[in-house]
Amino acid sequence: MSSNATATVVRTGAGSRFVIYTLLALFCLYYLLPLYVMVVNSLKPLSEIQAGGMMALPDVWTLAPWKSAWSTAQIGVEATGLRPFFWNSIVMVVPAVAISTVLGALNGYVLTKWRFRGDTIIFGLLLFGCFIPFQMVLIPMARMLGLVGLAGTVPGLVFVHLVYGIGFSTLYFRNYYQQFPTELVRAAMIDGAGFFTIFRRIMLPSSGPIAVVCVIWQFTNIWNDFLFGASFSDFDSQPMTVALNNLVQSSTGVKEYNVHFAGAIMAALPTLLVYIVAGRYFVRGLMAGSVKG
Amino acid sequence: MAQVARNRRGGNDWLREALPKLVLSPSLAMVLIFVYGFIIFTFYLSFTDSRILPSFDLVGWENYSKLFRIRAWDTAITNLLIFGSLYIVICCALGLALAILLDQKIRAEGFIRTIYLYPMALSFIVTGTAWKWFLDPGIGLQAVIRSWGWESFTFDWIKDGDMAIYTIVIAAVWQTSGFVMAMFLAGLRGIDNEVLKAAQIDGASNFALYRRIVIPQLRPAFMSAFVVLAHMAIKSYDLVIALTGGGPGTSTEVPATFMYSYTFTRNQMGIGAASATIMLMAIAAIMVPYIYSELREKS
Repeated sequence: MSSNATATVVRTGAGSRFVIYTLLALFCLYYLLPLYVMVVNSLKPLSEIQAGGMMALPDVWTLAPWKSAWSTAQIGVEATGLRPFFWNSIVMVVPAVAISTVLGALNGYVLTKWRFRGDTIIFGLLLFGCFIPFQMVLIPMARMLGLVGLAGTVPGLVFVHLVYGIGFSTLYFRNYYQQFPTELVRAAMIDGAGFFTIFRRIMLPSSGPIAVVCVIWQFTNIWNDFLFGASFSDFDSQPMTVALNNLVQSSTGVKEYNVHFAGAIMAALPTLLVYIVAGRYFVRGLMAGSVKG
Repeated sequence: MAQVARNRRGGNDWLREALPKLVLSPSLAMVLIFVYGFIIFTFYLSFTDSRILPSFDLVGWENYSKLFRIRAWDTAITNLLIFGSLYIVICCALGLALAILLDQKIRAEGFIRTIYLYPMALSFIVTGTAWKWFLDPGIGLQAVIRSWGWESFTFDWIKDGDMAIYTIVIAAVWQTSGFVMAMFLAGLRGIDNEVLKAAQIDGASNFALYRRIVIPQLRPAFMSAFVVLAHMAIKSYDLVIALTGGGPGTSTEVPATFMYSYTFTRNQMGIGAASATIMLMAIAAIMVPYIYSELREKS
């Protein structure tokens, strides 16, 4: 996608423009509907939902479901609320994102500016690693984490996300650095600058945008992961997604839909905020991860 | 002295030569072990009599022949075909339609795009939770419409074994179609307007412009969308777990949920490994040619 891309030259009359705007607005409603359902129902007492009022605004506005979801709701066997699991997710996401981004930057730098025979094959191997069905690694990974004593721990999850996140972060930086003028790197080499000096002084200062893209992508992916969390965590190290699922699926007692919706919003808020603040970078990451491999 | 200096320089040169590869090697080692090594391990297990723990006693193709006689696997494959094809077709149709509509010099385009795309930022568990209760006949859409006076209104697909798989299509399309729209929009913005102008002068209608000129040029975008969606469909696990849990009964079982339950709750690790291997083959059939062509194009 070039940056000077322009809208179509196709012309539309007033009548069809009315139809187009109506359709676009209807689809806005369609995409917003589940968010609306989550928000309004997280703010009303359970009885209003049970009485068939899911689409209505609350008669009685209340924050009780939010408080319950955060600190007292039953998750599995204990009434801890989602709070401890929110922190688990934070503690898991931050190092995994930081390390995979740094490694991705270095890998991308090597694969574009210090090319060697077979580097494309190595990149292909790294890249395919992002797309494998992770069911294929669950059994040996569970064994290995057990052997090294990381089973059921947050550091174990950090490690898993790091390993399977490297492919994407390498992809981002490699594609970005490919556009970066190699002559600058050559000139610095002739001046005697070394590998890390060139990286720090020449590559890094212009890597801001792609670093943002990479951090956002990794953050969203790792925060939203469920499979690894469900496979490799135990009760104390569950990430937010797993805890939310336990909250919603728990079959004991009355189903507190309003608490479930509040919990779902809590699980969604961090990535949603990132999307709202830096949506452009998020979309760039999505596109770079798919359209141009 | 001179000898020492030369030796040291020799050492430095070696280091300088090897440094890039050294920097790359931890990542490469991790991927070789934890991706490819583990793939080989699981592949091997699929030919063993592993049950609750890995075993190394080979039993040939037994797990595969058993696998294809298990009803739940049959259901899983059928569901994947139904879900995958509807998911891909609807996402592409909707994505293309929205992209074309949004490409008509729309005011507030950026704002609308933001709304169409935000579901991609959510976890499938969140999406699943929202749709699970919205589609629940007891409190969701059906109950709401009945409370508005249409008392015979029925929409209980999520509780109906024959229809539940379609609720997964509904939620998955909601989550991903905005993303497909963005891919097509990027493709539309890359189209050369000169050709369109020439065709307009020749009196082509808007419909003809799109059918004959624009859509054929979106082939690469269709390719990318297909690859991304197909690979997401094969891997889909979270959404099924959150929305239906594979039920009612086993009616929404997919390969990913099958693998998980056979390996970790039914202690049939050999069969689980065989099902994972088949998932990998399906993904590889789609991804390997794609990655290969993308990398060749570049270099």
